[in-house]
Amino acid sequence: MSRPKVTTVDPKQASRRKFLKGLAAGTAATTLAGKALAQGGFMSYGSWEEYFQKNYREMTPDEVQTTLKRFEAKYSREYGKKVTVKGTPAMENVLFGYALDLNRCIGCRRCVYACVDENNQSREKPQIQYIKVLRFQDGEMELEKSDRYYDPEQVPEEGHYYMPVQCQHCRKAPCVKACPIKATWTEDDGIVVVDYNWCIGCRYCMAACPYEGRSFNWADPTLPADEMNPETHYLGNRPRMRGVVEKCTFCIQRTREGRYPACVEICPVGARKFGNLLDPESEVRYVLEHQRVFRLKEDILTEPKFFYFFG
Amino acid sequence: MNTLVEFLMGTILLVFRGGKKYYAWMAFLVTVAAVGMGAWVYQLQHGLTITGMRDPVSWGLYIANFTFLVGVAAAAVLLVIPAYIYKWGPIKEIVLLGELLAVSAIAMCLMFVTFDLGRPERFWHLIPGLGTLNFPASMLSWDVVVLNIYLVLNLGIAVYILYSAYQDRHPNYKLLWPFIIFSIPAAVSIHTVTAFLYNGFPARPFWNASILAPRFIASAFCSGPSFIILAFQIIRKYTPIKIQDRAIFKLAEIIAYAMGINLFLLIAEVFKEYYSATVHLAPMQYLFQGLHGQSTLVPIIWTAIALNVTAFLIFLVPRLRENFLFLNIGCVFMFIGVWIEKGPGLIIPGFVPSPLGEVWTYWPTTPEVLITLGIWAIGLMIYTLLLKVAIPIEVGEFRQIKDRLKGIVEN
Repeated sequence: MSRPKVTTVDPKQASRRKFLKGLAAGTAATTLAGKALAQGGFMSYGSWEEYFQKNYREMTPDEVQTTLKRFEAKYSREYGKKVTVKGTPAMENVLFGYALDLNRCIGCRRCVYACVDENNQSREKPQIQYIKVLRFQDGEMELEKSDRYYDPEQVPEEGHYYMPVQCQHCRKAPCVKACPIKATWTEDDGIVVVDYNWCIGCRYCMAACPYEGRSFNWADPTLPADEMNPETHYLGNRPRMRGVVEKCTFCIQRTREGRYPACVEICPVGARKFGNLLDPESEVRYVLEHQRVFRLKEDILTEPKFFYFFG
Repeated sequence: MNTLVEFLMGTILLVFRGGKKYYAWMAFLVTVAAVGMGAWVYQLQHGLTITGMRDPVSWGLYIANFTFLVGVAAAAVLLVIPAYIYKWGPIKEIVLLGELLAVSAIAMCLMFVTFDLGRPERFWHLIPGLGTLNFPASMLSWDVVVLNIYLVLNLGIAVYILYSAYQDRHPNYKLLWPFIIFSIPAAVSIHTVTAFLYNGFPARPFWNASILAPRFIASAFCSGPSFIILAFQIIRKYTPIKIQDRAIFKLAEIIAYAMGINLFLLIAEVFKEYYSATVHLAPMQYLFQGLHGQSTLVPIIWTAIALNVTAFLIFLVPRLRENFLFLNIGCVFMFIGVWIEKGPGLIIPGFVPSPLGEVWTYWPTTPEVLITLGIWAIGLMIYTLLLKVAIPIEVGEFRQIKDRLKGIVEN
C-alpha cells in the first residue's frame, strides 16, 4: 500500500507569488472581479444553458435528455474520448443497503482507491476520498481514539481492527434536511445524491453529516484524461467542478445497471456486502437475518442503510 | 418624483462634504476595502482552496464574522424597544442611528456568506420562484428569509423617516407603527434562527446545546451596544446631533446585565460538559485546554474570557461605567471578547474533533484575513455614508432649517 494517503492539503502551501499577483490585480477590483468570476465561475460552464439549467429533479424527461446529451458532448470534448452520461432512474422495488464485516476487513484501503478510480474524484491537491478507514486498538471503539493515517509496512496489524466509513445513506439524512436549495436528496432506491450543477457550495450539509460522508472541491478537481472513467451517471461519477460538494453514491452508475459498487468488487477478503434490502434472497438481507448487526452512531437515529457486523 | 430626485442628488452631495478627518477615514477604508477585494478576486480565480478551510473544518473566519455580525444587527432591537415603546426621551433620537447600524451589519453578513460560497454565481438558486428554496426544512433557508426581511424592514423604516424629515413632514406613524412593532420580533428572530442554524445537528455536540440561542441573544446585547456607545461618542463630537450621557449610561447598564447573563450561561454550559464528562466534552476541551496536543484556540479563548470578565466588572460598577475612559475601554474589551467567543470560539470547536474523531487545526490564510478586513471596511464605509446622509437630514441641516427634528424626535 504505497499510495499516498492524502486527505487534506496544507492551505499554507497556496503560492505566495500567485497571491501577490492577485493582490496587484485587485487595484482594478470591479472590472477584474467580473472577469475572475467569469474565469473561475462562468467559463467552467460549457454554455449559458448549463448556467441556467434547472434543478435536476424539476426537469421534464425531455429536459433531462437534452441535459445529458449536452454534458456528454462537453465531457467528450474535454477528455478527448467518448463519455456517456446516463440518467438511469431507480429500479422498482429496490432499496439499496450495505453490510460490512469488521472481522474480515484487513485495512488495506483497496476500496478507497478503487472508489477514487471509479468515481472520477480529484486525484491530487487534494485527492478526494469517499471512504475513510479508521484503525482501532482491539477493545476500543471510541471514534476519537481511531487513527485514519495509519501507515504500517503490512496490514492487518496485530492488536488492531479496521472500520471503513463512507456515506451511510441515512433514511433520515441530516444533510438532505440541511441543504437550503434541495441540491441533495434521497432517491427512491435509497441513494443520497447531489446535483453538482445545482449545489451552491455553502457546505451546510457537511456540518450536518455525522459520518464525514461529504467532501468539498476546494480547488479545481484534477482528473487526468487517461484516468477518467467515461461510464458516468449524472447523479454519480460525472466530472465535478470546483466549489461543490460530492459524496459516495453507492456507485449509482454501476448499481442501477445491476452491478456491484467498486468497493465491493475490489475487496480482497469479501468484507463488503451489497444488495436490495427489499429482496429476501439478497446477500445483504442474508447478513441482516443471520448476523448481529449494528449501525454507526445508532443513538442519533439517522437510520443508516449501512450495517456493520462481526462475521 | 422631483422631490425624490432632489433627495437623491442631495444625498450624493452630502457624501462628498466633509473635513480632512472624514476624507482620511474614508481613504483608509477605501484602501483596506480595495486590498480585500483584490484578495477576493484572487479567491474567485483559485477557489476556496486559498483559505485555511478544509473538509474537517469546513467553515472558518467568514462564517465566524457572519455569526457575530448577525448579533450586532439584532442589537438594533435594543434601541427600538425602549425608544419607541417606553418613550425614553434621551434614547429616542438615536434609534435611527441604531437602525442604520443594523442595515450596515446585515450588509456585511450577506457579504460574508456570499464570499464563503463555493459557487457564488449560483446565488439565484436561493431566490424563491427562480430557485428551489428548501423551506421550511433547512434552517439555512430560514436564515436567508429572515435576514432579507430584516434588511428590507430596517432600511425601509430608516429611509421613510429620513425622507419624511427631508420633506418637512411628520412620518405617518399610523403607517409606520406596525413595521416598528414587527422589527422587534424580527431582530430577535434573526439571531435565534442563526443560533438554530448551528443548534440542530446531533453530529456537532458543541452546537447541539439548547443554551445556544439564549447565549446568542445575551451576547448580542453586549457587542451591539458596545459598538453603538463608541459610535455615538464620535457622532456627537463631530456632528450637531445631541446624544445625552444619560442615554449612553443606560446602554452601558443594559450591557452589564446582558454580560452577567451571558457569563452565567457559559458557566452552566461548562458545568454540564465537564461534570458529566461524556464524549461530548471533547470540543470544549479543545477550546479551553487543547486536545491531543493541538491548542491554537486556547490562548485566544482565555483572552476573550479575560476581556469579557473585565468589561463586565467595569459595566457593573456605576462609578466606572460613568467614567468615559473606563466606559470606552470596557466597550472595546467587550466587542473583541464577544467577537472571539461568538466567532472563531463558536464555529471552530463545532468542527473539532470531527464526527469521526479527527483533530485538525484550522488557521486562516493571509488572503482570507484580507478579505475579512475588506468586508469590515466596506461595512464601516456603508455605516459612515449612511450617517453622513442621515445626520444632516435628521438635524435639519439638509435645508439649513434648524427645527426639522419634529417628525423624528418629537418627545
